[in-house]
Amino acid sequence: MKRVTTVIIGAGQSGLAMSRHLADRSIDHVLLDRGEVANSWRTERWDSLRLLTPNWQSRLPGYAYEGGDPDGYMTMPEVIRFLDRYAEQIAAPVESNTNVVSVRPCDGGYTVSTDRGDWHCRSLVLATGACNVACEPKCAQDVPGGVSTTTPMQYRNPGQLQDGGVLIVGASATGVQLASEIHRSGRQVTLAVGEHVRVPRTYRGRDIKRWMDAAGVLDMRYEEVDDISRARRVPSLQLAGSPDRATLDLNALSAAGIELVGRLAGIQDGRAQFSGALGNQCALADLKMNRLLDTIDDWAHANGMSGEIDAPHRFDPTAVSANPRLGLDLTSGGIGTIIWATGYRPDYSWLDVPVFDRKGRLRHDGGVVDAPGMYVMGLPFLRRRKSSLIDGAGDDARDLAEHLCASHNRAAA
Amino acid sequence: MTQTTTNSETTAVDNGVNVEALLGAREALDATPEAARFTWRSTCEWLNGTHCRSTVSGFFGLGEEQKRDKNFTVEADHPEVFASEDNAATPVELVLSGLASCLTAGIAAVAQHRGIQLHSVTATIEGDMDLQGILGIDSDVRNGFNAIRVTFDIDADASKDDIKALVAQSQKRSAVFDIVTNPTNVFVEVS
Repeated sequence: MKRVTTVIIGAGQSGLAMSRHLADRSIDHVLLDRGEVANSWRTERWDSLRLLTPNWQSRLPGYAYEGGDPDGYMTMPEVIRFLDRYAEQIAAPVESNTNVVSVRPCDGGYTVSTDRGDWHCRSLVLATGACNVACEPKCAQDVPGGVSTTTPMQYRNPGQLQDGGVLIVGASATGVQLASEIHRSGRQVTLAVGEHVRVPRTYRGRDIKRWMDAAGVLDMRYEEVDDISRARRVPSLQLAGSPDRATLDLNALSAAGIELVGRLAGIQDGRAQFSGALGNQCALADLKMNRLLDTIDDWAHANGMSGEIDAPHRFDPTAVSANPRLGLDLTSGGIGTIIWATGYRPDYSWLDVPVFDRKGRLRHDGGVVDAPGMYVMGLPFLRRRKSSLIDGAGDDARDLAEHLCASHNRAAA
Repeated sequence: MTQTTTNSETTAVDNGVNVEALLGAREALDATPEAARFTWRSTCEWLNGTHCRSTVSGFFGLGEEQKRDKNFTVEADHPEVFASEDNAATPVELVLSGLASCLTAGIAAVAQHRGIQLHSVTATIEGDMDLQGILGIDSDVRNGFNAIRVTFDIDADASKDDIKALVAQSQKRSAVFDIVTNPTNVFVEVS
């Protein structure tokens, strides 16, 4: 068995940022990845996807985007090159194509078993990300034969889909982007809309992420939030990283001809049933967006910017049809495919340590897992609102590396 | 009690809702999910014609039967245009009243939690129904409401958007709103 102080599982932005911080503290470590650096970005994303954060926001410890288009959005090959170069620059000790089979507690640490041998470590960093498995609702089992179903993990482009209309379930970042792309390919698209977070791509002439970054919204810490378990469940912002910087909200999708329906409530006798609460879901999202814009306006005013940028304004409320459809026959042939854009969850099936709550979520305090020497990174609002962004990996890695280092020093004293 | 500061004068917001107790219950039920499973009941007795009387008393919750000191009764009937005696509200009016009551109670609770003093809240609710459904005239027409509209008139110490947010949050957490906007499996048996 090989021995190392710290094993980092996953060589994406979180694992690499942690590697850099451990190296700075002279802690010997290894990164294990089932594929290569940036594996999920390489293998689990659709073709047209671009980062939702602008290039300037791709920042990691001691490393940042240096190209000529700071306001653009990276394509997946660009993200992969960006992370590859970082791994080279920090000489990250990555063991690629190494699949972790199990992690078990052992004397003084953990045994990490892989398909290429076992490792013993004192501390462990779970950096496998928040999006290992696409969630599907319970009613997925009630989809009638003849309708194919898929998830954003398998979806690559509209050409893969069988003939017929497409029902996309979920209207967060993934759902709105797929709805737009598939509709542009010439198909009928119905979008089932539950809770969502509406934001404009740009506001008062700047990217929304520029404002959120400047006003400190993204740096808000997990201890400052009233209900952190709720904050961690908030869906992703309805954003797309398109070169034209267009806002991809529900109004834009309706105007293009996509039919909006309420949350998918169930499927009975081959008929999809949609909630009648679409209007309220949209009202909640409009009100929440306006509170964010108020925060931005207050910040801009307080910082004396009011004269030099576009005036404050508000976007049209989300238009909901007077009589949204409550049901859809899935057996008539109108719908060929259902895409479950209903979120993602991490997969810890290999983690043989009792650190889960009754819903199967990791018990942790800001990334410090409820087991000695174990840490997790990259989950939504782990320590800060930006924790799940590339830009959030650095600060979280620094905090957790400090904690890891201090507890090792205590044990040694 | 939640405190808000207005014009340098501190006033206690009191909508008659014990938010601390509700938050305590939320925390307790998060830790003991089985105690959160409730069963609500009503017994309905036919009186005559379309006139019925429902009696509501005990329920199950917090892991055991819960008894009340008294029973509540709710009567229902149909109006004279249905050739009935109009002894009480119709069942569909009771559904509308249930929805409005649930949303209104939710508004009071959310307002208390957010430190917003309410002065008055009035919900006006209406539901559209095409009788060709229940009379079996046209099978394309459903029995129930085609649409329900609720209008809230609220006087409170808050901005218009904050009041709209109260109403939106109340819908998000309302049991009756969920019951009427989402399908529910209903099992009816004869004993």
